[in-house]
Amino acid sequence: MPDGASAVSLVFGGDPALYRIVALSLYVSIAAVLLAALVALPFGAFLALVKFPGRTFIVVVINAFMGLPPVVVGLAVYLLLSRSGPLGFLGILFTPRAMIIAQALLVMPIIAALTRQTVEDLWVEYREELTALRVPAARRVATLIWDARFSLVTTLLAGFGRAAAEVGTVMIVGGNIEGFTRTMTTAIALETSKGDLPLAMGLGLVLVTIVIGVNALAWGARRVGELRAG
Amino acid sequence: MRKAVVHTPLMPAKAGIRNRKNWVPAFAGTSGSGRFVLALALALAATLSTAALAQDKSIVVASTTSTQDSGLFGHILPIFKQKTGIDVKVIAQGTGQALDTGKRGDADVVFVHAKAQEERFVADGWGVKRYPVMYNDFVLIGPKSDPARVKGKDIETALRAIKAKEAPFISRGDRSGTHSAELALWKASGIDPHAPPIPQAAGQKIPGQWYNEIGQGMGAALNTASAMNGYTLSDRGTWLSFKNRGELDIVVEGDKRLFNQYGVILVNPAKHPHVKKELGRQFIDWLVSADGQKAIADYKINGQQLFFPNADVPGA
Amino acid sequence: MRAPLTDLPLAFENASLRINGVDILSHLKLEILAGPPTVLLGPNGSGKSTLLRLAMNLAQPTAGRITWGRRKEPDERLAMVFQRPVMLRRSAAANVAYALNRRDPARVSELLGRVGLAHLADRPARRLSGGEQQRLALARALARDPEILFLDEPTASLDPAATKAVEDIIANVAASGVKIVMATHELGQARRLAGDIVFLARGRLIERATADAFFITPQTAEAAAFLRGDLVI
Repeated sequence: MPDGASAVSLVFGGDPALYRIVALSLYVSIAAVLLAALVALPFGAFLALVKFPGRTFIVVVINAFMGLPPVVVGLAVYLLLSRSGPLGFLGILFTPRAMIIAQALLVMPIIAALTRQTVEDLWVEYREELTALRVPAARRVATLIWDARFSLVTTLLAGFGRAAAEVGTVMIVGGNIEGFTRTMTTAIALETSKGDLPLAMGLGLVLVTIVIGVNALAWGARRVGELRAG
Repeated sequence: MRKAVVHTPLMPAKAGIRNRKNWVPAFAGTSGSGRFVLALALALAATLSTAALAQDKSIVVASTTSTQDSGLFGHILPIFKQKTGIDVKVIAQGTGQALDTGKRGDADVVFVHAKAQEERFVADGWGVKRYPVMYNDFVLIGPKSDPARVKGKDIETALRAIKAKEAPFISRGDRSGTHSAELALWKASGIDPHAPPIPQAAGQKIPGQWYNEIGQGMGAALNTASAMNGYTLSDRGTWLSFKNRGELDIVVEGDKRLFNQYGVILVNPAKHPHVKKELGRQFIDWLVSADGQKAIADYKINGQQLFFPNADVPGA
Repeated sequence: MRAPLTDLPLAFENASLRINGVDILSHLKLEILAGPPTVLLGPNGSGKSTLLRLAMNLAQPTAGRITWGRRKEPDERLAMVFQRPVMLRRSAAANVAYALNRRDPARVSELLGRVGLAHLADRPARRLSGGEQQRLALARALARDPEILFLDEPTASLDPAATKAVEDIIANVAASGVKIVMATHELGQARRLAGDIVFLARGRLIERATADAFFITPQTAEAAAFLRGDLVI
């Protein structure tokens, strides 16, 4: 059984099971962030720009939901997708698709809340100019999101961090099926419960390294983009 | 989730400048953003719609953490897959949760170790028929220092000694087969582990809590016992493959009352029509066949057999 | 084709703007007609910027009303240039294209050429100098093919060379038939560009005259004080 040092060398040992777990983790969390962004970016911008009755309440709720316990989200989605639940006919419980949807729900409040803040701040600067140009509401949303894109990358990274780090949601909704829905975090939980702590720690280090790598890539992309677009 | 790229007209109707022929979507007028969003939406749609994965020939089996943590499935499932081409996806939960999963129709087969609960499952119509598959035994695990002096005793005497000494005991507390067996043993020993501690004479130290219910699987219970140097009831399979032993070792074993029987049941297609009953039956048939029983018997850790096939024993 | 509508004369009918109990503008009665540039002159805080924003329909008066060509809503051939322009995070050409709202690279080039920025078309707009950004803001405003162009102290933050470049473009635009309404606190600029003057102080219209009449024979004490260079409180 691998000890601490050789657990880290798992990464370079080319263990196919490990690669599958890493690939699935990245696939699920990145897809979840993209799905969440598609909904939460425009919604956050909309919240920043449009005053309507009940807006304050929604803003407060979304801010609060940034701290939604992953296990609660997992349970809620499980009940929805279970064969005995309303969406059971989809038959996607215990599959990566369900994990993506559940993580997307988990991450949407963060992206929406941070987008709202960013766009609201930007709107203070842009309001007169865009109003003078008579830009309609939908186009304003798109313009502000695009102009804030570098700050919003950080927002997406925050969402990715939350998704990649959580175990409660994907465990309940995915079932930690070997070779199919086992991610880094559920594998770490499993190895811990089997008492193989060095292996669990090794997997943990791999996970942290990957998250750092993703952040570094995003940082690089942001720098290049800023240099080109000012 | 529907994700549509929004196309809206550019200017309100009163605007002076609007050339209908060159109408462009709201997003695409800006440098790159329109194409970016479109690419994003397409990639996501492709991702989410990877339908018809090669998972068609597969079943979901709700089983227990003890069978998973012991490594049995890692040994026998590849053999089954090679023979039939069927992918067995195992969800490892406690027995109670696994039966619940079967009731909800989220699994095709349940494979657990709590005979009474299994028979009720079938009687209530959630399962078709229960087949005995294999057995192993429970063992009482405790610290080598054995503060309650239970080593070598029978299980009921041992439990009484633990309660009398109020030595730390870790219970799974999760409605699993192991938990059910543990509760049955306390009852047989005449002990209520939840009873408040014996009142102490004035001046003596107030005892802390000795019975700890953690609500988790066997591995977690063993981890906790290792950290607290406490006692816990475990199935032999999980113990043999457990790596974080610390000071722990087997203190009581071989008692007839520690017998642990596993059964397998097909979830009733009458209640849940989507259940893959053909593939599920193939799995059950294989488990109780000579082939499957041999695969189970062949699984060893450090030369020691973990599970003993007994599908041919009536009334198991 | 729609019937040609005009937003002139632009009339303030006893318009006031009061915010938090403070009268920013009071009882403004003013008509702006087609013709040479109208310059709003006055010390800081006199209400020039507010007047422009009301005229541009960016804000509504709290009393009285504004009419465009005797109508209650403008026809939207209005454009505005602010003291500090906001550049979108994209190239100069893309900024103009954004304002243009259709795919017309020829017109974008033409507009950039008109403000002397053709050679900087692909430069990120945020990396242009202050003067270049203001000229780009002008190009954006002109992309809307305005009948009236409002400018709020457009050269207040610029050095003399940049100021001259901007003033040249404004004169050019005025000559092409666009009505210019510009606020400034700088006398020299008013002298250079104005056809007629609207002099404001403390939120009130103090004097209204052609440029020659105003500069040579101011009718009010405040105007005279302002022209002398005294502080008008």
